[in-house]
Amino acid sequence: MLIFKTILASAILLLSLVVAMYSTLIERKIAGFFQDRLGPNRAGPWGLLQPLADGIKLFFKEEFMPNTADKFLYILGPSLTMLIACLTSAVIPWGPDIVINGQVFSLQMADVNIGILYIFAIVSIGVYGIMIGGWASNNKYALLGAVRASSQMISYELAMSLSIITIVMMSGSLSMRDIVNQQQGFNWNIWYQPLGFIIFLICAFAETNRSPFDLPECETELVGGYHTEYSSMKLGFYLFSEYINMFISGAVMATLFLGGYHFPFIDKLGLSPNAFAFVSFLVLFAKITFFGFIFMWVRWTLPRFRYDQLMRLGWKALIPLAILNVLITGVVILLNQ
Amino acid sequence: MFSNYIFYFLSALALYSSVMVLLSKKPIHSVLYLTLTFFAIGGHYILLNAQFLAIVHIIVYAGAIMVLFLFTVMLLNLNKEERSPKPIWVKAAAILAGIMLGLVLIGVFRGYDLRLIQHPMESQIGLVKELGKILYRDYMLPFEVSSILFLTAMVGAVLLGKKEQI
Repeated sequence: MLIFKTILASAILLLSLVVAMYSTLIERKIAGFFQDRLGPNRAGPWGLLQPLADGIKLFFKEEFMPNTADKFLYILGPSLTMLIACLTSAVIPWGPDIVINGQVFSLQMADVNIGILYIFAIVSIGVYGIMIGGWASNNKYALLGAVRASSQMISYELAMSLSIITIVMMSGSLSMRDIVNQQQGFNWNIWYQPLGFIIFLICAFAETNRSPFDLPECETELVGGYHTEYSSMKLGFYLFSEYINMFISGAVMATLFLGGYHFPFIDKLGLSPNAFAFVSFLVLFAKITFFGFIFMWVRWTLPRFRYDQLMRLGWKALIPLAILNVLITGVVILLNQ
Repeated sequence: MFSNYIFYFLSALALYSSVMVLLSKKPIHSVLYLTLTFFAIGGHYILLNAQFLAIVHIIVYAGAIMVLFLFTVMLLNLNKEERSPKPIWVKAAAILAGIMLGLVLIGVFRGYDLRLIQHPMESQIGLVKELGKILYRDYMLPFEVSSILFLTAMVGAVLLGKKEQI
């Protein structure tokens, strides 16, 4: 059991790293497509070796640390960001149970009965890496970026939590596995909670610092935001963790709203348990890819928000809508009883 | 016992980081050490099989309150170390108050039967189902009244924060 868990944990970690690596390439390809150019195509066929080349470049670049920086915290910032980005995948069910030699294994690292709250906790401590890094650089732009990041994340966390509460109310459980198992076939939560889904999607953009909410690293005003003073692989960690966060938040959205690994008629195919698990995993992966595409699509379509617009949208539009959504869900559940 | 070692490690971490909250020169370091203390205490909750309490502890303290602390300290840029030493009577008063608090705590805990908790994993009280039953069945009224208290505090904060005259 322990061996299986170790293999699963390593596999998921490896998967999220590889996906994050190739997301950078796909992002640039999509950007090229949107702007009517080709995108990177020099390294390897269709530019497939480009992420590798980027990684090598980042590793071998000169390491620079500002004189006035707080040394320990300066290094802690990117490490913490990377660590926290990798933590969330522990409670996501990646597929139905598989059977090896008559033993049943679950494709979920930890089926804690508070899975959703665990995700909240990780999301809410995710801002520490950015804040610590931005402050430790001892640079005005970095500090402004860090302060922006924290206020943005606090504001959007509220609407995000309120939109998930409706899911918890409907399913009556905080466990990710229970929530997925209640969305068998085409009985997905998005049909019951379209408003909650839209609110969650917008907040996911803000929490992952993606455009149009990428104010913490807004180049035109803040040079590079919180990572202005970072170079080499420390910068790489900051940029890389953004792609991991995108992958994981896509997985969370697919799990909570799009039925996780369920797909209509998939149980009618008459597959053996292991093949069934594999196909289900592919279904989940396709949904995550879909969300990844939305993240990139929005980035290359919408301009960046102004800071007061961002705050107004969070506090005066999303939170009231989310509370309204909770009220409506409560009334409907009461009437159906 | 593996969990015993975790207990000792978490306790040492909690004590060390809470002492460092006081000893750190820079306010930011104090805030970060306090966050570390909260994480260590959250680990203790998990050892007692109180997953819900642990995660709520981390969401509320580490995720919300300490981020706001950090935010405020950064915004005010309390970077410089405290220059002016405190007057002697402030130090004396602080020491006296600390000793008195210590005496009260010792007095309180002397009455308790401080034993190791046997089989902490059998206790279900910290799980969300049991806690919800207790809160919404036995303590319904105090729970709801405390939420009104929070609302009052929020309205009061907004009122104080408004710049123009009301």
